Amino acid sequence: MSGRRILVTGASGMLGGAVATALRDRGEEVRAFQRRPAGIDGVTDVNGSLTSAEDVRRAADGCDAVIHLAAKVSISGPESEYRDINIGGTRNVVGALRAQGGGQLVNVSSPSVAHLGTAIVGLGATPADPEHARGPYARTKAAAELLAMEADGRDGLLVTSIRPHVVWGPGDTQLVGRIVDRARSGRLPLLDDGMALIDTTYVTNAADAIVAALDRIEDVHGESFVVTNGEPRTVRDVFNGWCDAAGVPRPRIKVPGSVARAAGRVVERLWEIRPGADEPPMTEFLAEQMSTAHWFDQRRTRERLQWSPAVSIDEGFERLADWYRAHPVVGAQ
Amino acid sequence: MVSTTPKGRRRAQIPEVPAMPGVDPRISRTLEVRDHAGEMRRWHLLDSAPLLAERGVTPRGTLLAVHGNPTYSFLYRSLVREDIPWRVIAVDQLEMGWSERTGVTRRLQDRITDLSLLTDALSLRGPVVTVGHDWGGIISTGWALDNRHDVVGMILTNTGIHQEIGESLPKALQLATTPAFLPASTSLTDTFLRTTLSLSKPALPAEVQDAYLAPYRSRARRKGIETFVADIPADASHPSRATLERLAEGIRELHVPTLFAWGPRDITFSDRYLRDLLERVPHADVHRFEEASHLVWEDADVSTLVAGWLQDTFGTEDRARRVDIADPQQRSRRAVSTYAEQAPERYVGEPIGRLAADPAHAHRPAVVELSGPDGERRQISWSLLNRRVEDIAAGMLAHGIRPGDRVSILITPGADLTGVLYACLRIGAVAVIADAGLGTDGLTRAVIGSHPDWIIGINRALVGARALGWPGRRISVAQLPTVDRTVLGVETSVAQLAASGSQMRDLGAPLDAPWPDPEVDAAILFTSGSTGPAKGAVYTHRQMSAMFTAVGDTLQLDPERGLVAGFAPFALLGPALGAPSVVPDMDITRPGELTASALANAVDALGSPAVFTAPAALRNILSTASELDDAGRAALARVPSFFSAGAPIAAHMLRELRGLMPNARALTPYGMTECLVATAIDLEGIEDAGPGAGVCVGRPVSRVQVAIAAMDAEGETTGEITDRADVTGEILIRAPHVRDRYLMLYGTTRSAMRFEGWHATGDVGHLDADGRLWVEGRAAHVLATADGLFTPVQVEDAAETVPTVRRAGAAVVGPRGTQQVVVILETEDGYRPGAPGRPRPAETSLQEAVRRAVRERAGVEVTAVFTTRALPTDIRHNSKIDRAALSRWSEQTLRGERAEAL
Repeated sequence: MSGRRILVTGASGMLGGAVATALRDRGEEVRAFQRRPAGIDGVTDVNGSLTSAEDVRRAADGCDAVIHLAAKVSISGPESEYRDINIGGTRNVVGALRAQGGGQLVNVSSPSVAHLGTAIVGLGATPADPEHARGPYARTKAAAELLAMEADGRDGLLVTSIRPHVVWGPGDTQLVGRIVDRARSGRLPLLDDGMALIDTTYVTNAADAIVAALDRIEDVHGESFVVTNGEPRTVRDVFNGWCDAAGVPRPRIKVPGSVARAAGRVVERLWEIRPGADEPPMTEFLAEQMSTAHWFDQRRTRERLQWSPAVSIDEGFERLADWYRAHPVVGAQ
Repeated sequence: MVSTTPKGRRRAQIPEVPAMPGVDPRISRTLEVRDHAGEMRRWHLLDSAPLLAERGVTPRGTLLAVHGNPTYSFLYRSLVREDIPWRVIAVDQLEMGWSERTGVTRRLQDRITDLSLLTDALSLRGPVVTVGHDWGGIISTGWALDNRHDVVGMILTNTGIHQEIGESLPKALQLATTPAFLPASTSLTDTFLRTTLSLSKPALPAEVQDAYLAPYRSRARRKGIETFVADIPADASHPSRATLERLAEGIRELHVPTLFAWGPRDITFSDRYLRDLLERVPHADVHRFEEASHLVWEDADVSTLVAGWLQDTFGTEDRARRVDIADPQQRSRRAVSTYAEQAPERYVGEPIGRLAADPAHAHRPAVVELSGPDGERRQISWSLLNRRVEDIAAGMLAHGIRPGDRVSILITPGADLTGVLYACLRIGAVAVIADAGLGTDGLTRAVIGSHPDWIIGINRALVGARALGWPGRRISVAQLPTVDRTVLGVETSVAQLAASGSQMRDLGAPLDAPWPDPEVDAAILFTSGSTGPAKGAVYTHRQMSAMFTAVGDTLQLDPERGLVAGFAPFALLGPALGAPSVVPDMDITRPGELTASALANAVDALGSPAVFTAPAALRNILSTASELDDAGRAALARVPSFFSAGAPIAAHMLRELRGLMPNARALTPYGMTECLVATAIDLEGIEDAGPGAGVCVGRPVSRVQVAIAAMDAEGETTGEITDRADVTGEILIRAPHVRDRYLMLYGTTRSAMRFEGWHATGDVGHLDADGRLWVEGRAAHVLATADGLFTPVQVEDAAETVPTVRRAGAAVVGPRGTQQVVVILETEDGYRPGAPGRPRPAETSLQEAVRRAVRERAGVEVTAVFTTRALPTDIRHNSKIDRAALSRWSEQTLRGERAEAL
């Protein structure tokens, strides 16, 4: 299996980095594509913009497979930006593979592509719905997934989509970093007591699942899979676990979910008018995510990918705590 | 005559039939046919023929479904399903649904003729089963009478075929048919339509409600609703009256298998109409969906019931068979009891007469009550008991209570209850026994749902019967003053019946009635209702007799020594077994308050009797033991056997009781309303079994067989039956004393008897290598996780090994097969007896300890851990955790919705 050439887009992020590292460790020739060098030992950086078809073609040149993670992930901003990066970028990746006569594509998507705002209780991977998904990120990722999956089985392409849910781990600045940051300054609310059950995925498990999808693509192409740890916990338990690991106070403010959703709608609108430098403090999408259940049936994912998570949630908390001990948060207890 | 492509000017005014939710557009069609007046009219109907053809299925016959007012064929969309290999034709009547508005007033007979002309156009030939709802029930019956050579069966739902003039016309309809009110409610506004839809419980989803409203958006389109209501023959001069009367009598002559599916919470077609139909079609199969209302097709899963009934009744051959309803072999499934080894045959209550005739016994006590109504000791000899039973029985017959009549007995346990029950059993009246423990609401449902012909009750029950409108002619226990009799609507009293019987005896005409046939119904016992609405378990005389024999054998009851009925219903057991029984001095409605002294006095009255108590009483007996005097202690020491029914008793408690009754064999049984005793175990047996998964309930008693129905990953039984050790699945029982069926619950009976010759208990457990049965909870509560099946007790036992945990309850959230396990705890520090509060997330350290314990001991991952003041308990068996309540709370909370207290 060694000697294959694999392109990982978005390798500067936590999950992309973990995927690139995992592939490198088993002897693949890994290229990383992003705006700035990812700086992973033994991985060749190819810098460029996802919105440039030429840049992408250059990066994918001679690759057997692409693992496409790069996306605009944030929860606010003008929709055109999401479209260009998430839909346009995916189109460029598919185009690049097609131009060189085919290849394998693991498209990394998100369960939010099928999340229509109501609670998800033990569902599998339901169809991506670009019309009704919540927020610009989810809508454009849904369109991107459909675009990628349509390319499957034609022009020598094999495509599968992996939707990891709430990926977290050491060094994560996007999610854990923000939560810990807010908790430290006492600004982290628990919506409706934080009793909703949510699935999360420890980062190396998600990376393993993506690699498994690549290995199994001859059998599973054309299918989409939600990937999680399969250990749903209440929002409260998840937040407490992260805060405990970082040594910051647990969230104490309690806000009714309906109030948070209403506040989120106002904030989103304000941000459209006066975009701030940082993410808005609360969006309607985030409020929904933090106050309604979303956990998934993992039976098909595990059976088809022949994969199961190696790191449990509790082990994940311990690893996170180890990391924070080495990288203390300013102001932690 | 038929034109399927209507063309021309008229068509432009007819709206297109829109898509309907849950309806395959390929089955929605229109057809032009001449009506009774010879005019071409456009019908809309659902016809599943194209779907069957596509699947290559040859239909076994046709279901011809007729809706009522103001619905349309959409009502029957659920009948189109793969396990109903029948062609479904559901029509929209003219002026209704998406069929044509013609402006013609159609009388009942016109509608029947219109329908026959339509089915002629469709070349519909037998076998046909008609399906009707509301006024469509009457029209479908009319069609059946006119086309009887094609009709093999009939399904009627919430309808009424016989409208007595005035009084019995449903209240809601009386108002609606008042001419001044009629147009306003039915066509000017859509009140009538919306009211009908709002009757549904739970409320209809918005898209379903919209689909019902869609054909009736304008006044013109609602005109048919008005004329339909106007055609209800409210008085004798009405033009449709004669037709209705013809149908009401004609239905008696159809003689085809019939299914009545009913939503009793219907303010129009209530149980009264079901009773009337049953009087006309006594062989009908019935299923009452206790929670459902008028739109039973929306409120309950009627189509699953229909699928099962069609299969049972018409077979699985390519073409439905014609069934001779006179031949029971062709229709009913064999009762579980007939597959078992039979108990010795004897009439229930026969020992009473035998002992009364035996000079050695005649004057010895049969029933002793240490707490008579006036606090006195009341003793009744075998001779007196026999006389009383025979006098009441003779009085009943003279008053018009006939064999087969249902008699709802609402009398607190004691001599009166014993007399009335055995009198009923003697003449073959069917005794309906519902426990006051069901609560007023549960009791009301049980009484109304059992369609009693008679109610014999104490005054409090009769007041309730009057206030709550329970059916049945009323009889009091004691003779009442005239004014009370009038107020309560009471005809006579048990005292009066006994007096009449006695007078007849004095005149040389004592009771002269044959003992009932062993195969006819003897009694209906209502289940606890802890798993949904109470169900009536129907016992035949043979099964009832076997039940008494089983209890007597299990306890090794010695008729000479008798029994103490610390749980009053057991006092009914003595006369059947020929054993004297004593009721201790206690409030029989509070069996948990029986004291040790009262028990000792009762024991002393007989010498060395067997003792029965309710499980709830055990703690109180132990805690009041210090009040015993020497005589009391000596009396208890003479007890040879001790028995507690209802819930399994923990070994430590049996051990403590043995301290009080050192010579007693302490037995605890496993049984249910459907089979009162299946297995039993004594203290030595429990100690011998040791710890294990669940509660060890011992080995099957005489003539009982136990087996296990294996389950798949989702907790559904697979059909495999085994007696191999350590296979966990649904517990199956076969015994001569398993009940015959459930009352008016065709689907429930079918499901409980889905393994031929076995009663599926709904409990989960396994057999061990020594043939002992272990019960692990309810099948409905099995935890079907992605890692496999587990039972709640496995999780609870593991959680309870954590030292600070007092008691644990396990629940699940999510779909079967991928369920997540939730544990709710009472802690040693946080426990407060009383109402369960609102659970709170457990401290992290406790969470971790519980997760670890359950992972290591049971192999299950726990998703969330909560603590609460007190866990909710099942009302009747004050010891079982109400796991359904835990699951409800968890489902709601963990979705992110606010749930109140448990």
